[in-house]
Amino acid sequence: MRAIVRGGVFVVVFMTLPLFGFEHWVLNLLIFTLMYAAMSSAWNLVGGFAGYPSLGHAAFFGLGAYFIGLWFQHHDVTTGYEPFLILPLAGLVAAAVGAPIAYVAMRTRADVFAIVTITLLFVAQTLAFNLDGVTGGAQGLAMPTPPFELARFEWPFYYAMLWILLTSMLITYLSMRSKVGMSLDAVRADEDKALGVGVHVTGVKVLSFSVSVALVAMAGGVWAYYESFIYPQFAIDPIITIGMVLMTFLGGRGTLWGPVIGAFILVPGQQYLAYRLGGSQFYLIAYAGVFLLIMLLMPRGILPTIADRMRRRRAVAASSGPDATDGASPPSAGGGGGGAGVPVPSGGAA
Amino acid sequence: MHALVQGVILGILTGGVYALMASGQTLIFGIMKVVNLAQGAFVILAAYLSYTLFSSFGLDPILSIPLTTVLMFGLGVVIQLVFLRPLKREDSAQLSLLVTFAVALLLEGVMSVVWQTTYRSTNTDYANSSWTLFGFQFTVVRVIAFVLSLIALGLLFLLLNRTRFGRAVRATVQNPMSAELLGVESKRVAALGFGLGAATAAAAGSVYGLLYPFNSGSHYDLISELLSIVVLGGLGSVGGAVIAALIVSTSSAVVATVFSPTWSSFTFFVILILVLLIRPQGLFGTVERGAL
Amino acid sequence: MTALLEVTSAQKAFGGVRAVDDCSLTVEEGSITALIGPNGSGKTTLFNLITGYLKADGGQFRFRGQDVTGSDPGHLYRRGLTRTFQQARVFPHMSVTENLVVAGGYRWRDLVLPRVSGHDRHRAAELLEEFRMTHVADLLASELSYGQRKLLEFAAVLMSKPRLVLLDEPTAGVNPIMIDTMERHVRERNSAGVTFLVVEHDMQFVMRLCDPVVVLNNGKEIYAGSPADVQQNPLVLDAYLGT
Repeated sequence: MRAIVRGGVFVVVFMTLPLFGFEHWVLNLLIFTLMYAAMSSAWNLVGGFAGYPSLGHAAFFGLGAYFIGLWFQHHDVTTGYEPFLILPLAGLVAAAVGAPIAYVAMRTRADVFAIVTITLLFVAQTLAFNLDGVTGGAQGLAMPTPPFELARFEWPFYYAMLWILLTSMLITYLSMRSKVGMSLDAVRADEDKALGVGVHVTGVKVLSFSVSVALVAMAGGVWAYYESFIYPQFAIDPIITIGMVLMTFLGGRGTLWGPVIGAFILVPGQQYLAYRLGGSQFYLIAYAGVFLLIMLLMPRGILPTIADRMRRRRAVAASSGPDATDGASPPSAGGGGGGAGVPVPSGGAA
Repeated sequence: MHALVQGVILGILTGGVYALMASGQTLIFGIMKVVNLAQGAFVILAAYLSYTLFSSFGLDPILSIPLTTVLMFGLGVVIQLVFLRPLKREDSAQLSLLVTFAVALLLEGVMSVVWQTTYRSTNTDYANSSWTLFGFQFTVVRVIAFVLSLIALGLLFLLLNRTRFGRAVRATVQNPMSAELLGVESKRVAALGFGLGAATAAAAGSVYGLLYPFNSGSHYDLISELLSIVVLGGLGSVGGAVIAALIVSTSSAVVATVFSPTWSSFTFFVILILVLLIRPQGLFGTVERGAL
Repeated sequence: MTALLEVTSAQKAFGGVRAVDDCSLTVEEGSITALIGPNGSGKTTLFNLITGYLKADGGQFRFRGQDVTGSDPGHLYRRGLTRTFQQARVFPHMSVTENLVVAGGYRWRDLVLPRVSGHDRHRAAELLEEFRMTHVADLLASELSYGQRKLLEFAAVLMSKPRLVLLDEPTAGVNPIMIDTMERHVRERNSAGVTFLVVEHDMQFVMRLCDPVVVLNNGKEIYAGSPADVQQNPLVLDAYLGT
């Protein structure tokens, strides 16, 4: 029940936010925050829940961007909302491309998977630069200018990104509560054992990857329309992947809200740093540095670490009572939705 | 036909350099079961180091190799100790992967700050000369690179097969638990092994700087190529990496000379996918289905 | 009695070492067959070959009359062949009930159903009852003791109503009371129609429970017979004590 309330409040707040008359730069910041939140949430499906860290998601971001760009080379934009309506198609194309790749890449092990995805990213970028007949190469590809009134220019993009984020979160929530999520948990915990007890290992892996890249591609499509110009080095930029990964790790892999929290901390943080430090070289150092710090200090991420501490506190409280047992009070596994998501082992066990 | 042979020559010569880089990578995997995504960055860093030693002190990149090797070895050990050793969790394998990825990016960032993003190239006077033999072109640097790689690989071979440390490394690769029981300190081997992997990048880096223009972002292309080679050769097999490097490098060079350079970058991706479809364990790797 | 599992001339080498060398074995339906042998005899390798975790270099594997050579564990599971692991592998972050449900075998279209439906809970409850683990149904698997985890793993593989269960050292690391419990459950299940193939070191357990007993040495089967016969057989004694 709490999960529904949390979700409801979130939806209401963000649906109404633009109405408060923020300045353009605030809305712009929100658009990027929501974009990264959506993408991190999507990445989480593969990297967090399935346990397969994809390092090439940016390739699909670019795929979505170029798809929208190319579509509107041949179609017109009249009301200005057509690109948004075409988004699901971009998602489907990405899923169609992603599924066979997932099938091949996820056959052996997670590190080989990482290898394929990283290579994929590079190949996609090379393709983008070299197929200039199609993509315009280094010159870039232009999108039709959105005919939205200046005063509320950002609104459609804001709502588009919000929609993608909410879709991603809904998918995450539903999968956590269903057998898909349970299968993914099994795959992540012990894939060989999962295979041995009849879990549809390959199926759920491919499914999570396909859905994940579809969402990221849609974000790319909105981005392309917003930026109006698609350059290969920005559309297929490793920094995009790094951002997704980092934000998910920071907030907590395998949780519903983790990636969102991660994005809400890091995107504004990064913008602030950019404002203060200027040069983009520091981005990389800052991102990598934060990433490494998290790995070493708080590898589970914010949410699971908090959940862990709370559980430990409950365990201490329980064991100081007269009829203490040596395990903590059993947390409710699975079906909980919302909050910490994946239950973490209590205090002393295992 | 001429183009084909020229491509093969080019491929073999460059293959030596790739073999050297890949051998370090696969060695690290063999010891720590970690795919070192920072290997490309190590090579580029070494390239920058040799470039700086050359442009600021006039030290020939070949001659500076012993110095850079020591530096890179030290760096490798430090990185392992600071970032990889502390990871002691159930999914440390996955985390290690991401940690090396982060290290690669950190290095890229640092390099772009120190040396900016302009493309560099170590331009010694012999950098552009070439010999012609039987109508085929042999670039001087590539020949030097090839010879150097052979020497370095030979040294690596000697190290692995004739020294106590090398034995410890091989034992750890084959069976870490038994190795520990027999007195091999796996932690030390891990740190030194990682350093060794980074050290192989030193020689490769000097050569890389002579052959190609590079900047801080070049490690991406490089790591993708290296990974394909390592997968083809079989994760953990140094011999496999060498053979795979020659295969990939030659195919890529042939495609470049016969068709066009743009498509040569796809060769390794195609090879990677083919390997995964046909023989996922690579040429010399072992099939791992269950963690038994 | 029909042969449920037939292994013919299995071969598996690692590098130069022939772990399994022209090994053949038959498991009759309804039996509790033991697979024993000294360390290094190849029983673990054979076990992994049968259960699909290793690919054989040669030989044929038939289950329920059909050729399953080279099948992966998932495929075998669906045909009714499952296994437990020596280290009692369960899913630590999932509850006991979920551990059971996830092993229950469900079809593609079931993926959209809730994690643990009422029907699932019911099925799991039956097993929990049988194994006297109802009181830990909602604990995380990681919170269980080692012995409880072994029981859980055993119970979980029964969810799919398998025909043949391969037990990998079921008594390893377990206290005597738990050993009795395991024995009891195996017997009960066996009378309900489940066939077992047990790899074990605990000779008393084997002799009490299993018939026939297959002995392996140097990757090959050297004798198969009743427990009494096996204990007398010179070949077997030689293998265990010998040169």
